[in-house]
Amino acid sequence: MTAKTSRLAKLYLALVFIFLYAPMVVMTVFSFNGNESTYTMHGFSLQWYERLFSDTVTMNALKNTVILAVVSALISTVLGTLATIGINSMKSKRVKSALMTTTNIPMMNPEIVTGISMMLLFVFIGRMFSKSDTLGFGTILIAHITFQLPYVILSILPKLRQTDPRIFEAAQDLGCPPANAFIKVVLPQIMPGIVSGAIMAFTLSLDDFIISYFTNGPDFQTLPIHIFSMTKKRVKPDMYALSTLIFVAIFILLILMNIAQAKSDKKPKKSKEDAEI
Amino acid sequence: MKRSSLTSKILNAPYILWAVLFIIAPLIMVLYYALTDRSGAFTWDNITQINDYASTFILSIGYGAVATLISLVIAYPFAYFLAQTKVSFQRMSVMLVMLPMWMSFLIRTYSWITILGDSGVINRFLGIFGIGPLPLLNNAGAVILGMVYNFLPYMILPIYTVMSKMDRSLIEAAEDLGCGRMQCIRKVVFPLSVPGIASGFTMVFVPSVSTFYITQKLGGGKINLIGDVIEGQFQVANNFNLGASLSLVLMIMIIICLAILNYFADSDDDGGVLV
Repeated sequence: MTAKTSRLAKLYLALVFIFLYAPMVVMTVFSFNGNESTYTMHGFSLQWYERLFSDTVTMNALKNTVILAVVSALISTVLGTLATIGINSMKSKRVKSALMTTTNIPMMNPEIVTGISMMLLFVFIGRMFSKSDTLGFGTILIAHITFQLPYVILSILPKLRQTDPRIFEAAQDLGCPPANAFIKVVLPQIMPGIVSGAIMAFTLSLDDFIISYFTNGPDFQTLPIHIFSMTKKRVKPDMYALSTLIFVAIFILLILMNIAQAKSDKKPKKSKEDAEI
Repeated sequence: MKRSSLTSKILNAPYILWAVLFIIAPLIMVLYYALTDRSGAFTWDNITQINDYASTFILSIGYGAVATLISLVIAYPFAYFLAQTKVSFQRMSVMLVMLPMWMSFLIRTYSWITILGDSGVINRFLGIFGIGPLPLLNNAGAVILGMVYNFLPYMILPIYTVMSKMDRSLIEAAEDLGCGRMQCIRKVVFPLSVPGIASGFTMVFVPSVSTFYITQKLGGGKINLIGDVIEGQFQVANNFNLGASLSLVLMIMIIICLAILNYFADSDDDGGVLV
């Protein structure tokens, strides 16, 4: 690890970062544009930020996105945690591996296929009850929970495998009812996995476009869907202003997480388990 | 023992129900729609029509393969160099690689139009020297660039994870035994990083092959990949049955590609052990 990185290597790292961040720089600069163009700069102004906040459609889409992300992440985390415990304590290896394979399907399949397959199911069920407007909040919620579940399960499963089942049994032998023993003994040990699964589910939901695109209804537009319909026309800098704000928000969040992690790394061995996340 | 298996059944029940309803049933629906016509009667028509799209499928695989290979060529040295830097720098860099993945990929893709367009940032810069405007947008190169740009982090992260966990003493041992730097990379680092490469391949190839937004924005509608065709069947032509049969073929095709990839990744592993 102490090997000195050559200048050439550093230059290479820098070049890749420039490639990754070029679009971000461009949209940040143009979000302050004085006129409507996304090609030429005409002075500095905050007008696009003002317009963004007064644009009720965008603000409504933002609200929908956050509601959807919170609700779907909550449900998928609870369902996923229960499922992980169930899967882990399964006796039959065949059934277990069949269930894990099924779990992985939404992760391995192209998103467009996942989106379409769910849309077809919803449309089919809608036809059975001869309704034409099945697609809406309910269907997009189901779709989001479904594609989040494998990520939640796969982030909890390794933590659960590390726990010693004998501690759980010992608690029960000492008179703790199983449910209590679970909450007091197992849950704290798998908590880091649950938290990181929940965060991942939340962020996946915020950013999802393709699956939402096929399963949403006209009454419930999320931000990515709204952005998609905006980019069908000529984009004005207000979309760039929106992205700049999202970028800043995520950047701050990541720095805070980074600081928190660095702090837990510095702590003595006591918290080694947490630092390993 | 009996009680624990009963608990597992009770805990699993909601999830198994969910998986059957929303993972298995939707796939059966794809099959159902692919094999029926608008009125719901059985037909092979949708399957036979796929012949018309054979070239689109091949083109999509070609684009996906090129984008995946370019991503690998960019990501591999990046991960290799990054794993040799200070731990604090590594952590910050990983964060910076992940950050773009959390932002709307629609806008990030769209802003390449601002960079590549005829009156975009690059052509304006070249214009100062009297060059151009170069046709950077609405062609195959722009589409590939969009794919590489969007999915590069998915190639970097798994390779970096393998690299950072690699036992450095193995490399030192190889060096002590007279291995040159390139030989070391070829014989020690590369075989050990194959699992990372394999998962990076999957994570870049699958979304590249099935994309539709990148082609529409950066390809200017001139390049039609299978994702565009499928999207069109559902959102424009309203022919769910043909769309379903195309999705079915796309899914099978990707499974075959991944199986081939896994086969090679595994045999490479064995080879590494044998040598």
